[in-house]
Amino acid sequence: METIKPATNIVFAGLGGQGVLKASDILADAALRMGWDVKKSELHGMSQRGGSVTSDVRFGERVLSPMVPLGEADFLVLLVGDQLEPNRHYMKPSTVVLAPAAIPVELLLHPKSLNIALLGLLSHHLEITREHWLEAIRAHMPEKLLEMNIRAFELGCARAAS
Amino acid sequence: MSGDEALALASLHAGVVLGTGYPGTPSTEILEEFASLGGKAQWSPNEKVAMEVAIGAAFAGGRALVTMKHVGLNVAADPLFTVAYTGVTGALVIISADDPGMASSQNEQDNRRYAVAAALPMLEPSDSQQAYDFLWDAIEISERWHIPVLLRITTRVCHAKTVVKPRPESAVPAARPESFKRDVQHRVMIPAFARPAHHNLRTKLAEMATWNETCALNREFPGGSDLGIITSGVSVNHALEAAPGASVLQLGFTYPLPAAKIAAFASKVKRCVVIEEGDPYLYESIRVLGIPVENKPAMYRHGELNVNRVRRILAGDVSPEPPPLPGKPPQLCEGCSHRVVFETLGRMDCIVSGDIGCYTLGVLPPFKAMDTCVCMGASIGVGLGLRHILPDAEARRVVSVIGDSTFVHSGITGLVEMIYNPPSTGHVLIILDNSTTAMTGHQENPSTGRSLEHNATGKVVFEDLARSLGVKRVHVIDPRPGDPQFEKLVKESLDSGELVVIVARRPCILIAKQIREYEKRPCDAAVTEEAAV
Repeated sequence: METIKPATNIVFAGLGGQGVLKASDILADAALRMGWDVKKSELHGMSQRGGSVTSDVRFGERVLSPMVPLGEADFLVLLVGDQLEPNRHYMKPSTVVLAPAAIPVELLLHPKSLNIALLGLLSHHLEITREHWLEAIRAHMPEKLLEMNIRAFELGCARAAS
Repeated sequence: MSGDEALALASLHAGVVLGTGYPGTPSTEILEEFASLGGKAQWSPNEKVAMEVAIGAAFAGGRALVTMKHVGLNVAADPLFTVAYTGVTGALVIISADDPGMASSQNEQDNRRYAVAAALPMLEPSDSQQAYDFLWDAIEISERWHIPVLLRITTRVCHAKTVVKPRPESAVPAARPESFKRDVQHRVMIPAFARPAHHNLRTKLAEMATWNETCALNREFPGGSDLGIITSGVSVNHALEAAPGASVLQLGFTYPLPAAKIAAFASKVKRCVVIEEGDPYLYESIRVLGIPVENKPAMYRHGELNVNRVRRILAGDVSPEPPPLPGKPPQLCEGCSHRVVFETLGRMDCIVSGDIGCYTLGVLPPFKAMDTCVCMGASIGVGLGLRHILPDAEARRVVSVIGDSTFVHSGITGLVEMIYNPPSTGHVLIILDNSTTAMTGHQENPSTGRSLEHNATGKVVFEDLARSLGVKRVHVIDPRPGDPQFEKLVKESLDSGELVVIVARRPCILIAKQIREYEKRPCDAAVTEEAAV
């Protein structure tokens, strides 16, 4: 059997309306632009009404299941701190948790761009070029929200570096 | 792209001339995406009508698509079983999107059973690429055997996003509907014609079973001889990850099954396990063929599978699974007009016969104001049944509550029943009209007066409909927070002992602004007025 490096597993967690799916779409797009196999999965429907939302993104040479197996998340990205507990079963000892506390909300042009700021924070840990991140953000944001979100991404990058 | 998006793209590329359906998670995005790509797509009042329109399009020689969630196929089952007999002139692809684990459904029925019951060929893609490819294959099979094809997908195929390589656009085969050809023996199912049609159907299935032995829809992943896995749908991805050394047979064409292929695969391995979500459909079918295979333990019939659960199945682990940690449940939005209705009904201690939609959340705290919810449209019939049998004092507290889209879907016949067999205590029907199909993501319906693409069209007006059916007490009200009018109206209605329809009308707060934008679009006023009569 050929040996394939295991996929990188990222779980996003938040509440309906926070941009969990948007953030995971952008990550999946950026990883695809890097030439990797990518799979992404989430549940729609009832979660729209303010309930808990999670989205799984997996990328690597070859990805099989579209869902991050329990206990195998490399990164858990929280859009609201209290979603840590409901998602603890995804974690392993080495899971890196990225929480909103790392982003000074007062420095965001709009609090809604927290999801993109967290992507900036996440970008520090992933082998995805800045160019591909920005292309992916541009592809998923309307023109009028672009500047605000790129600034949010930069803020996340800066916080990760500091 | 998602499986739903891939199906829409394939439909466009494969020359589907009409897509019909009724919104339902996880199928909704297929038609929305097909329309946004330039395909002709329409929401029907319900899945039965959607199926019938698609049948007509396929009788006319076109390539037709009809989409619905799993429970929608129950509604469309009547035409389904007989269109299997008639067959089609063009192509008919029926997409059933099942929801194992019930992310957003009232049951987790396994619609693979429908393929067997109705005797229709069934394909099960495992990811977006296969969703794209199998749509093409479904059309090819449908046209080759003049038979509708059931394309059965699940939540994790619909909503997972995986990489898709589309076929070159030049691969589009031309489907040219010709003029109507009269063919009553195959189109009019009186018993004399239906008997030979049933024989003909079984002959087609036998031919397809033979074809399935060698077709490319089934994939074999070679591995060791200790463990073999037979699987279908999304589960193949979990299985390949959970058991990297195993031999895996992924069945893509899952009815009628390729018996010889399965037997040959099973004979090559020491242990052969069937990994499938939901019912033991493959397991039972394969056992009937006399092939020794192992079933998953009963506990894994419930819910979705994933890599962890497949590992447990293979290890024979039946120890209790850790319960899912509770997240935040969904709730009615702040400012939602349904809140006022449920606060009022709760305060008045009504017995509430409920229905399917956002407003089903009225069952949860703080409202706790819903007592039954069975299926689309059931609120009215169930409410009437309660009224017929409960003691008068309790019967007088029963109200039926149904949303606008659900009322159009299958509440209208309930209203006719209310008029035809009125309970001695009367009845109160509240239509929660928020001017959209909110639950599934704000689709239009016949009561909004706008088409799938939000353009003006004919409109069903509830108060006019109720009056025309003979309901004397019909009221339209905007239930506002802090305004006692709604409670007063419900009380008067309950006390009247007559048949009452209350239309509680206020646009969904999430898209009220968007609706105003749609209303500004130019429309053909004459058409709208005429249709509204």
